[in-house]
Amino acid sequence: MLAGTGLSPDLVSDFKALTAYPFMVNAFEAGTIVAVMAGVIGWFMVLRRQTFAGHTLSLMAFPGASAALLLGLSAAAGFFVFSTAAALVIGAAVGRSRSNRGQESAVTGSVQAFGLACGFLFLSLYSGVLANYETLLFGSFLGITTSQVRVLALVAVVALAALAFAGRPLLFASVDEGVARARGVPATALGLGFLVLLGLAVAETAQITGALLVFALLVAPPASAQLITPRIGLSIALSALIGVLITWVGLALAYFYGDPVGFYITTLAFACYVIARVARALRDRAGGRGPVLLGTRAAEGPA
Amino acid sequence: MFAHEFFRNALLAGTFVALACGAVGYFVVLRAQVFAGDALSHVAFTGALAAAAAGLDTRIGLFGATIALALVLGVLGPRAGADDVTIGIVFAWILGLGVFFLAVFSAGSSGGNGLLGARALFGSIFGLGSSEARLAAIVGALILVAVVAIARPLLFATLDPLVAAARGVPVRALGIGFLVLVGATAAEATQAVGALLLLGLLAAPAGAAQRLTSRPYLALALSTAFAVAAMWIGLALSYAVAALPPSTAIIATATAIYLLAFGLTVRPPRVRTSEAAN
Repeated sequence: MLAGTGLSPDLVSDFKALTAYPFMVNAFEAGTIVAVMAGVIGWFMVLRRQTFAGHTLSLMAFPGASAALLLGLSAAAGFFVFSTAAALVIGAAVGRSRSNRGQESAVTGSVQAFGLACGFLFLSLYSGVLANYETLLFGSFLGITTSQVRVLALVAVVALAALAFAGRPLLFASVDEGVARARGVPATALGLGFLVLLGLAVAETAQITGALLVFALLVAPPASAQLITPRIGLSIALSALIGVLITWVGLALAYFYGDPVGFYITTLAFACYVIARVARALRDRAGGRGPVLLGTRAAEGPA
Repeated sequence: MFAHEFFRNALLAGTFVALACGAVGYFVVLRAQVFAGDALSHVAFTGALAAAAAGLDTRIGLFGATIALALVLGVLGPRAGADDVTIGIVFAWILGLGVFFLAVFSAGSSGGNGLLGARALFGSIFGLGSSEARLAAIVGALILVAVVAIARPLLFATLDPLVAAARGVPVRALGIGFLVLVGATAAEATQAVGALLLLGLLAAPAGAAQRLTSRPYLALALSTAFAVAAMWIGLALSYAVAALPPSTAIIATATAIYLLAFGLTVRPPRVRTSEAAN
């Protein structure tokens, strides 16, 4: 589709071909920023078992972008506004009652469906000129401008700084909310703040992978990293690293073979998780159960 | 408005889709499996496009994909309720496959692919033919009957799985069977409101019903009634206001019902276990 030249055995010339066009360089820069941010924030999301909320926030990219289109604003602005608003609604409605999972998921699901319904309404009000809504939902690495990369970098730096600042209490509140509250950690406020951060992260990621495929970068790398090592710092770093690798290989494949980039990235992420899961199972069988990161053992089923 | 055949078809199919969604949705919310329902509904999109790419009837792809994923989720998850991470990763990948099929299908036929994609994602209830509507009604009725048939043991298994297992209720099989029902509902409702929006019909009426009452069977009935009301009001609204797509109107009504219930009850009542057990 793009270059016409397939992948050759000569890696150096492959690399030159990849970086020959500025739009590809932009795509790699944007992809790296997004992957690091998604890897780190996703790590906390997986730990807090809020993947459903993350998915819902990511879908808010769709009404956000279509509203922006209708009003003539930039799509990124629409993304950020809708994701943040949805994060606030979910956070406020759930509030302290994280114990009632049924109602929490009902609120999240309703927010999601309503947001998407609004997006569909905006789209039909726009009288259907947005033929490439698939790009919105499934992503595209073409046409990322330098200024977009700059916005992505800025948001990523702000979000990661906020997370670094609140990381320790957030970790505490995520692992043992009751004890954290008793020790005076403002768990409710932290939870709300984290949802807003998550909204920012998914709004960023959605610009590369599309709203529907954010999960490839937000869930699979952290989940794999948490299976590989129980050490917190190492696990977070590994999560970001896996995300970056998946993005690079996915972008390269999309460049050489010209199919949707979302497909490559999700497939790589899925394979990565399956490998981590199988390796973990083999290791557990070989030498008893190894150390597991806080809270992840419960997910593997009743012991 | 009843003079138009397309409206009568939409009403027939929509009513039964709503009945199925409301009944299944009650248990989906009670079992905190909305995310699984979400995954199943998005996977319906992949199924529809895979069938289109292969040149088959869309409905084969819809039901095939959702029921297959329901089995996978049911078998993979502990106690037949797959955890968030597994669901997230599996369905992200399956959506990726959907994009791939979309690309394949677009390459095969130049026109109309955007239309098919949009139909699968957002539904087109006013576009149903009379035979399609009749089939949708029959499937919806079957799902409703199935839910009512397993309601008692499922309720028991949901509220207290350990005691239920001790009393000889096949908890795991029920969990898997229920996910298959959710899958079938997702495939069914995709035709009416689309893969992206049907979650609103599953989650909102059931969430509202469970906020209003703690009695299981009453909540089940209320949830079903709310779903049907959302469907009827939504259809009428979108008929009256031409700019409003039916899917949006239906989901907006369902959300409004939930908001209303939320406002009426700030503290949700707990489900009484005694009523289910005896």
